[in-house]
Amino acid sequence: MELVTLIAAITIFALAIFLGFELITKVPPTLHTPLMSGANAISGITIVGALFASNVASDSGNYPLAAWLGFAALVLATINVVGGFAVTNRMLNMIAGKRRGK
Amino acid sequence: MAFEPEIWDVGYLIASILFILGLKKLGHPRTAPTGNLYAASGMLVAVVVTVAQMNFGDGIEGTILIPVGLGVGGIIGYTMAVRVQMTGVPEMVALFNGFGGAASALVAASEVFRMINNGTIPTDWLTFHVAWIAIGLSTLVGWMTLTGSLLAMMKLKGGFEIFGKWYRTPTWGPEWLNYVKGIFLIGIVGLIYMSLEEPGNQDYVIGIIVLSCILGLLFVLPIGGADMPVVVSLLNSLSGVAAAFTGFIISNNVLIIAGSMVGAAGLVLTNIMCKAMNRRLIDVLFKSFGGSDREKVTRTKVGSDPDEVAMICDGISKCVIIPGYGMAVSQCQHQVREFADILEANGCEVKYGIHPVAGRMPGHMNVLLAEANVPYEKLIEMDRINSEMGECDVALVVGANDTVNPVARSGEGPLAGMPIIDADKARVVVMVKRSLSVGYAGVDNDLFYEDKTMMLFGDGKKMMTELVSSMKEL
Repeated sequence: MELVTLIAAITIFALAIFLGFELITKVPPTLHTPLMSGANAISGITIVGALFASNVASDSGNYPLAAWLGFAALVLATINVVGGFAVTNRMLNMIAGKRRGK
Repeated sequence: MAFEPEIWDVGYLIASILFILGLKKLGHPRTAPTGNLYAASGMLVAVVVTVAQMNFGDGIEGTILIPVGLGVGGIIGYTMAVRVQMTGVPEMVALFNGFGGAASALVAASEVFRMINNGTIPTDWLTFHVAWIAIGLSTLVGWMTLTGSLLAMMKLKGGFEIFGKWYRTPTWGPEWLNYVKGIFLIGIVGLIYMSLEEPGNQDYVIGIIVLSCILGLLFVLPIGGADMPVVVSLLNSLSGVAAAFTGFIISNNVLIIAGSMVGAAGLVLTNIMCKAMNRRLIDVLFKSFGGSDREKVTRTKVGSDPDEVAMICDGISKCVIIPGYGMAVSQCQHQVREFADILEANGCEVKYGIHPVAGRMPGHMNVLLAEANVPYEKLIEMDRINSEMGECDVALVVGANDTVNPVARSGEGPLAGMPIIDADKARVVVMVKRSLSVGYAGVDNDLFYEDKTMMLFGDGKKMMTELVSSMKEL
């Protein structure tokens, strides 16, 4: 790894933190639970890492335990992602349905 | 290991943009469903791009694990999301949170064990240090998030079952426990340092995992149920941070962006909730509060019956309904709404006073009432409803306690300074509650014993149903 790539990664890291702070400063209470659940589903992005980890074939070596740990990560991350977005959607539909109905 | 400028990074960029737009839109009522859709599409793009760039090998690990993992996880996640009752949502978010953290930590474990056992530990100084420090931090945050979330989930449920026997989730945390937590943290940092010195030794990694799991439990153990919304929100933030560290391990920008964004967003929400309770985050986390030593009930109060309450409610002009966790537990939001409908049919103005931390999660009450088709405009935030409480004929408190406890204004005890809904300013207060017992903060509520207070003792759903039928009979 070049130093410049590390600096770039840390830059992205720092800017994304500021972005997160700015994105959701004012949120009505109705949306707190859906927002928490939606943000939680986004943190399931670690699914990308889990995909790489389960695919041992992508690496030169082959160590089975690593693949199975990756597999466990993949299952948990997928539950996080699919369940998270689905339940957020359910909550939002309830709120939205309400507002259309008035 | 290096960030090569590859075509795939464009795909990750698209995913990142979708996440940013999605999170932004999730913060506004009108655009929230679109926001969720954007974020979900971003995730789909990220997964497709990742799978597309892989070179699948032979053997069972290379071809079977990924579709099976996606399938199994997808089915479990979807089923849980569709089946869950709206009251169970806070627990489920806590559980998903834990899964997210665990997934990040497992990726870190997979990477480190693979590199150690295949002898592919990076030789370059910078690459090695970045990878090992990121692995250490991801392991720490990830496992902590898992065990902390599981304990938080049990605290939200109030207890857990072992072999059919019900145990209350303990809340325990003497002052010295904070030093123990500090020692654990120092120990983990020490282990990360030692793993840098001796990279081939996996015992250090296992040590970090064990200590982090215990630290997660110690972290949540002293915090009472009343503060669980804050904790779940903070754990949500941590699961994002774990994902970001994992991004450093596998050198992937989309993990870093999405992870740190969620980390910051979770912290914002955590702060909003702390402000609502007028407490500092530091106090919530490090001063044991509420819960375990419940005061005994020393005074008594004669309960009223629904017919009496129905008579009082006949012909009033303004009623404020103040829901709490009890409404969530007994699932009586539909009965509450029916009650409001009857009042409105008689020309009474009905509003709902929503305390920011009513229930076990911010917005908990809003979601439940939305499910019962209560118009959004009738849900009034605490500050605005308090200015109207003086003109209110009847305040109906359904399963709330600490959030209407006048002792909070007095400046003493655990509730001191917490903003409350001024239910006691209404001419008559009707409280639907199972007993006179204390709330999560463990403080007796003087409001119960006031002359103008009518207690309806019983399960929320049962009492509200009886109240509705009494109203109809009038």
